[in-house]
Amino acid sequence: MPLGLIGKKLGHTRVYDASGVLHAVTVVLAGPNRVLQVKTQASKDGYNAVQLGFDDQKEHRVTKPLLGHIKKQNGAAVKRIREFRNFSKEVKPGDVVGPALFAPGDFVDAIGIVKGRGFEGVVKRHRFAGGDSTHGAKGWHRRSGAIGQRLFPGTVMRGMRMPGHMGQVQRTTQNLEVIQVREADNLLLIKGSMPGAEGDYVIIRESKKRPKGWKPAVGSQGKKKEPKTAADAKKK
Amino acid sequence: MNQALLDKIQSEQFRKDDAKFGVGDSVRVHTKVVEGDKERIQIFAGVVIGKRGRGLNETFTVRRISYGEGVERIFPIHSPRVDKIEVERTGSVRRAKLTYLRKRIGKGATLVKEKEAVSAVAK
Repeated sequence: MPLGLIGKKLGHTRVYDASGVLHAVTVVLAGPNRVLQVKTQASKDGYNAVQLGFDDQKEHRVTKPLLGHIKKQNGAAVKRIREFRNFSKEVKPGDVVGPALFAPGDFVDAIGIVKGRGFEGVVKRHRFAGGDSTHGAKGWHRRSGAIGQRLFPGTVMRGMRMPGHMGQVQRTTQNLEVIQVREADNLLLIKGSMPGAEGDYVIIRESKKRPKGWKPAVGSQGKKKEPKTAADAKKK
Repeated sequence: MNQALLDKIQSEQFRKDDAKFGVGDSVRVHTKVVEGDKERIQIFAGVVIGKRGRGLNETFTVRRISYGEGVERIFPIHSPRVDKIEVERTGSVRRAKLTYLRKRIGKGATLVKEKEAVSAVAK
């Protein structure tokens, strides 16, 4: 199933499509990705996967075992390595893949590390309402309120939502549409937003729920409602 | 480098015909309208009463009186649906936004032509 690439968020802009509709897009540098290793079911790895490397790294910053692994393909050291299971395109070690894996209209999932927010209160972290800012409220604006009951059960329930560290965890944004593929610049223009700051690495993967060739279910959208009875038809 | 790439993406989408017009000008905006599977050109003629935005996001507002009712439309300058912008006549105005035209009706809402304004000063 999944095709995938390692990319880097460059920024956001807006582009018109052929019919003149403006789309807000994230610009992702998604190549060149070099194939470092191909694992197969038949080999000792026991499963099918393709290992990709992205972004140049100084050689002295890479551990020697890893460098040796990369050097098998006579390539430069890389910053990011990622394996994609059951890669649906036939590749061999040393090949270079890029945004051309995807075409406009395809759907992708973007996996990245969301921006770190630090230690955050309950209002921001768990969308609590907090208190009134006025109507006589004094010093009780962004608190959580009660966190338990009385002597029974006499303890705070497990998983009670409280302030704490927020962000900087991996998240996936699903079903983002590819708007443009710019092979010359190794860019993918993907509709909408995705986790991470500009300059962060993101994994662009073929959408799990909408893989290539996916079509909206018939009847869910754009289908005309048939009038149920003659009376309904008359109304219209 | 990143900004350069973003700029490149944006500048590719700019209008090719370099439509030059200013606030106060009377313009005819040719817009592409899709009806069914046919495409035709619709013209919206009126006075440019304001411009806003930079680069790809630049828009302008055109005001016209249609059947006695004031109508304003906002067009993105670089939209491919805006086929052509014709300047019918240039107006002489001293404001960037002509919101005061909304209160005026009839003759009071007509702007002095640029040439007339110049000759008036000469007199």
